[in-house]
Amino acid sequence: MTGLRFDLRDPPPGAAALRAEVRAFLAEHAPRWSPEVRARSWMGFDRDFTRAVGAKGWIGMCWPREYGGTERSFLERNIVLEEMLAAGAPVGAHWIGDRQSGPLILRLGTEAQRRKFLPRIASGEYAFCIGLSEPDSGSDLASLRTRADKVDGGWRLNGRKIWTTFGHLCDWMIALVRTSPAPEGGSKHQGLSQVLVDLRAPGVTIRPIRDLVGEKGFNEITFDDVLLPEDALVGQEGAGWAQATSELAFERSGPDRYMSAHPLLEAGIEALRGDGAAAGTLGRQVARLWTLRAMSTAVAGMLQEGEDPIRQAALVKDLGNDFEQALPERMRDVMDTDAMPEEMRRMHAYLTQIVPTFSLRGGTREIMRGIIARELGLR
Amino acid sequence: MACGIAAELAEQVARALADAAGTETLRAVEDGAFPEAAWTALDGLGLAGALVPEDAGGAGLGFQDIVPVLEALGRAGAPVPLAEGIGASALLAAAGIAPPGGVLSFAAAGAPVPWGRHAAHVVLLEGARVALHEAASLRWTQGGNIGREARDTPLVTAPPLAEGSLPNAWGAEAALLLAALIRSAQIAGAMQAALALAVDHANTRKQFGRPIGRFQAVQQQLAVFAAEASAVSVAAAAAARAADARGLAAAAFEIGCAKVTAGEAAAKGAAIAHQVLAAMGITEEHGLHHLTRRLWSWREEGGTERFWAQRIGAMVQSTPGPLWHFITSRDEEPAA
Repeated sequence: MTGLRFDLRDPPPGAAALRAEVRAFLAEHAPRWSPEVRARSWMGFDRDFTRAVGAKGWIGMCWPREYGGTERSFLERNIVLEEMLAAGAPVGAHWIGDRQSGPLILRLGTEAQRRKFLPRIASGEYAFCIGLSEPDSGSDLASLRTRADKVDGGWRLNGRKIWTTFGHLCDWMIALVRTSPAPEGGSKHQGLSQVLVDLRAPGVTIRPIRDLVGEKGFNEITFDDVLLPEDALVGQEGAGWAQATSELAFERSGPDRYMSAHPLLEAGIEALRGDGAAAGTLGRQVARLWTLRAMSTAVAGMLQEGEDPIRQAALVKDLGNDFEQALPERMRDVMDTDAMPEEMRRMHAYLTQIVPTFSLRGGTREIMRGIIARELGLR
Repeated sequence: MACGIAAELAEQVARALADAAGTETLRAVEDGAFPEAAWTALDGLGLAGALVPEDAGGAGLGFQDIVPVLEALGRAGAPVPLAEGIGASALLAAAGIAPPGGVLSFAAAGAPVPWGRHAAHVVLLEGARVALHEAASLRWTQGGNIGREARDTPLVTAPPLAEGSLPNAWGAEAALLLAALIRSAQIAGAMQAALALAVDHANTRKQFGRPIGRFQAVQQQLAVFAAEASAVSVAAAAAARAADARGLAAAAFEIGCAKVTAGEAAAKGAAIAHQVLAAMGITEEHGLHHLTRRLWSWREEGGTERFWAQRIGAMVQSTPGPLWHFITSRDEEPAA
């Protein structure tokens, strides 16, 4: 038996009312979203929409009021996330700030950092991206080479980050960089730190990279003697690896790990009502979705209780990615693409090309399975 | 998953099974014997009435409380008809009939009865009609599944000892739903046990100078297995929770989803276990096959993946509005 425990929890009080409120809000905005926007899911970037979400108090929901939050529970936040994803809302401009950067600053930032950044993330003013991958450092992230060297009054940043989603549209990056050399014979996980980088600072060059769909989704960001102030450091110097990995349970277990293609499933069911031959395939997808939701919600509840279910999160991500990634293929099993209604066909076309990223972003499938294997005692 | 009393019961069952029912017991059972020692040990725990309400003399537990017990049974290859007894007793009590002691099983009328040849009494359901029969009064045709578990079909030749009707909360498909829930939880358990065997083998079997579990190709397979096993466990518990909240009949969607998940996972898990254990896992001597043959069998019982997927698909196809609204409408919000 492994220690992979999942605790089921009831929905929070007021869940249905909150859902209804989010749905009413989304219904106002949804008519503007093209099938491609909905298919992009949390990779859709729309500042106006994000500001509207912020005005509703749905960014940074779990943060203290003094920092712009609304002090809702983690399970209530989960409801908002689910509804946004179910509708295919373009939440990309605040997704990372809400999911990762904000919580990190809240937990480890200085009081000044909290006051500066959190209210602006919560209002939708600041969009954040994450600087992890580098040209020579992907899954082997700790081999990264971007350096921040101590100088008078702060840090001098040099190096290069790549595959940074929305880097060209964001305001801030939290980058994992080397602030001291890895100790001789010691772990390369030592000497890394997380720093806040103003993406408009002199010396920052952002080069969008066209993706296979033909869009400018991700970027290469070069740092050329970028001067960072003293308070650019988040948390402890040298503790960046532990800090970055401690957030992974939050990053990997949410509904964004199994609902990225959800609007396509909805479109498929709508297009195939009354088609008995399709029922079985659709039913299998629904059963899987239901199970994944139970698992993801269980992890959310455990996070709310202050646990750190990092292995369960890896497991949910792996299963969830498999599911969402296969949805375009499963739709093809029951319907020729030519026969799909226009909107569905366009979502299907977009997703067919982009689903390979689902099991790359946030840690590859192989890394997730490696984490599970370690839990099993195999590594 | 389990907490409090549920975890304690499961622990007791697991201990009793570990003491009284090993691979030898499964072998004997598959050869047609009744596992007297194991049955005595398990029956002694008084769990048959787990789901029977307290005012009817039972323990008054919920479906979710017994999922860990069912998983523990599954881990041991279910060498005794305890799950069947728990289910049959619950059905009888719901229909206002006092459950008898001894070996007890249930099935929909016309379907094979698990452990039928060993039962003292059987409960046969025709829709919501429940009939308690003395097993000896029925004419039996013996059969079995590929787990070589007794699945015997009775012909009713004498009037039942008692008859009753299930309330609406149990509905006309109670036999199917209960079997689906039980087998889903048992599949979760059997997968945990098969996974443990595979991991143990991977850590001890050496090839190319190191344990095969050091190879990423093997690690990745076992990680998939572990993920599937967790999925079944969560699904079974979530379905049981829905049944506790709304009654068995109104939880058909959730139970069906759990059974689809369990059935799909059973096939994947069994395949990976055999791949990792290679030729050794195919031998009669190694215990793995008792688990994998049960995984393949249990996915057939209480509705196959195909059966439930069709139903679930038809259900969502015929429900107006988005699927998402349908799924979330089934959330259990605690009463304010």
